[in-house]
Amino acid sequence: MLPVRAVFQKEVFDNFRDRRTLMSALVMGPIFGPILFAFVINLSLKQSMTDVTVALDVPVIGQEHAPNLIEFLGSRNLNVVDAPADRAAALAAVKSGLHELVVVIPENFGEDLRDMVPATVEVISDQADSQAERDARRTLRALRAYNQQIASLRLTARGVSPGVMRPLNIDVVDVSTPSGRSAMLLGMLSYFFIFALLTGGMNLAIDATAGERERGSLEPLLCLPVTRDQLIYGKILAACVFMSISLALSLTAFNITLKFVPLEELGMTPNFGPLEVVIAFFLLVPFTLLGAALMTLVASFTKSYKEAQTWVSIVLLAPTLPILVASILMVRASSELMLIPSLSQHLLLVGLIKNEPLNMLDVSISVVSTLAAGVVLTMICARLYRREGLLV
Amino acid sequence: MIIVDDLHKSFGEVKALRGVSFEARDGYVTGLLGPNGAGKSTALRVLYTVIRPDRGVATIDGVDVVTHALEARGRIGTLPHGAGLYPHLTARENIVYYARLYGMDCSLIDERVQDVIDQLDINDFADRRSKGFSQGQRTKVALARALVHGPQNIILDEPSNGLDVMAIRSLRELIKTLKASGKCVLFSSHVMQEVSALCDEIVIIAEGRVALHDSPDGIRNRTGCDDLEEAFVKAISHVGAY
Repeated sequence: MLPVRAVFQKEVFDNFRDRRTLMSALVMGPIFGPILFAFVINLSLKQSMTDVTVALDVPVIGQEHAPNLIEFLGSRNLNVVDAPADRAAALAAVKSGLHELVVVIPENFGEDLRDMVPATVEVISDQADSQAERDARRTLRALRAYNQQIASLRLTARGVSPGVMRPLNIDVVDVSTPSGRSAMLLGMLSYFFIFALLTGGMNLAIDATAGERERGSLEPLLCLPVTRDQLIYGKILAACVFMSISLALSLTAFNITLKFVPLEELGMTPNFGPLEVVIAFFLLVPFTLLGAALMTLVASFTKSYKEAQTWVSIVLLAPTLPILVASILMVRASSELMLIPSLSQHLLLVGLIKNEPLNMLDVSISVVSTLAAGVVLTMICARLYRREGLLV
Repeated sequence: MIIVDDLHKSFGEVKALRGVSFEARDGYVTGLLGPNGAGKSTALRVLYTVIRPDRGVATIDGVDVVTHALEARGRIGTLPHGAGLYPHLTARENIVYYARLYGMDCSLIDERVQDVIDQLDINDFADRRSKGFSQGQRTKVALARALVHGPQNIILDEPSNGLDVMAIRSLRELIKTLKASGKCVLFSSHVMQEVSALCDEIVIIAEGRVALHDSPDGIRNRTGCDDLEEAFVKAISHVGAY
């Protein structure tokens, strides 16, 4: 039997019996990722979709000074309630979180209005609190509408068309498709997939050097009539298999959990059916070699399994850096960017979810460059494995 | 047949070997004896090609361990210091893995593995995962996998470490059997009784040099000590005198 094949078979077989590997390869990455994702998305959807049909309680001080305004607020589904006694008490109440916001109408409100002096209305809220900020925004919208209404009435009374106050009529035409809108949200999916993929091979990569050394099985292994290159190639290949399984599982798990996320309510229909799962798998799978070699490389510098785990965990973050930078800069896919592993997979995946046609040139550049980087790193690993200092 | 000629090896400032030469013949048991840190393990590691000597030559059946490392490795069975097993594999699976890496014919592996399992008397736990094995059981499995390809030369680095009396006895029996079948057995130890009970030839190493190389009787004669332990102490405190 070819040595590489013997090593590969043993590693796969051995690790399928290892609970630690199975946990990280088959459970942690693939299952926790999607569940966490669905949970976070659901939560943020609930937060952002404050239903305007639900009445909002607005405490108002000085209700008696502006009966018309109060009535107007009521018509905008804002439920005016009793507020703290005075402004100082209101400030304290908002600060302590007792009220999300308090509207203060001063005594001279009616008088100012009548005299056509801008009448002051205060909205006290904590803008750092996202819930309060949303409530305040809704109240402000109502107040501005009231402002607009009175202004129109005043103009009409003077025989001027309210249209003069609106020299521009601004229309926003949104050309984004429902799939496109979801792509922004689902952009972070590629991070989850790459994370799941890497965790799947983590234990195997560490085991190749630090693990074998700690167990004392490295020295007898090196005494066998097999080159060290063959040993490391077999081990990296086995890691790739576990990473592929992890990837396939996490893609499938996402396909399932997406059904439980009410994205349609946000006008998003992510393009992520079974066919996309298969395509995404082939887009991402070249990354396994690079990831396995990278983790093996890092682990080979460490003295113990624990130390290796610490360092490899840091490496798990490395492929996410290009993705993060690209998301912040809103980078669009281009052939040059396809040369950067992890970023190219991210961009292709986003395109796929947006339901854009796959650019086969981009796909080839991504696959070839990622595989090439993987081969180079694997060769560096083999070189390090040949060192005499490997044993100590 | 193992021939070592003028081996030198330094690790940074530390000179582990400063010109070690000896021979281990087929059908003989050769013991490498020396205090801790004398260079026994380094010498053995050069022989099983894990480290390269700075100077000097070592051959296994005439095959140079530096220039033809793979071929040399194929001719030896090795039990390195503290040899570890794969805890999730059974004893048998551990041995089969090595048989495959030795490049044995697939059709012969099962039979041959059963042979060494019988030979080392590990049938009782052959199909149990090696996770909870005692030191004695581990050593036996490690020996079995070192012998699975029927090597002509056997190198054991402190094989009796951590073994109880019964395990040491069976190890001794095994070494005698190997010797009787014409194998070349080279093992290191720092336990005098073990060496004197087994060895035809003793190589005493101290400070990276061979202090004395002779049969047990020869060592007694040359140092003028009846007691081997006395002879050992005398030899290592006067390196170069004999």
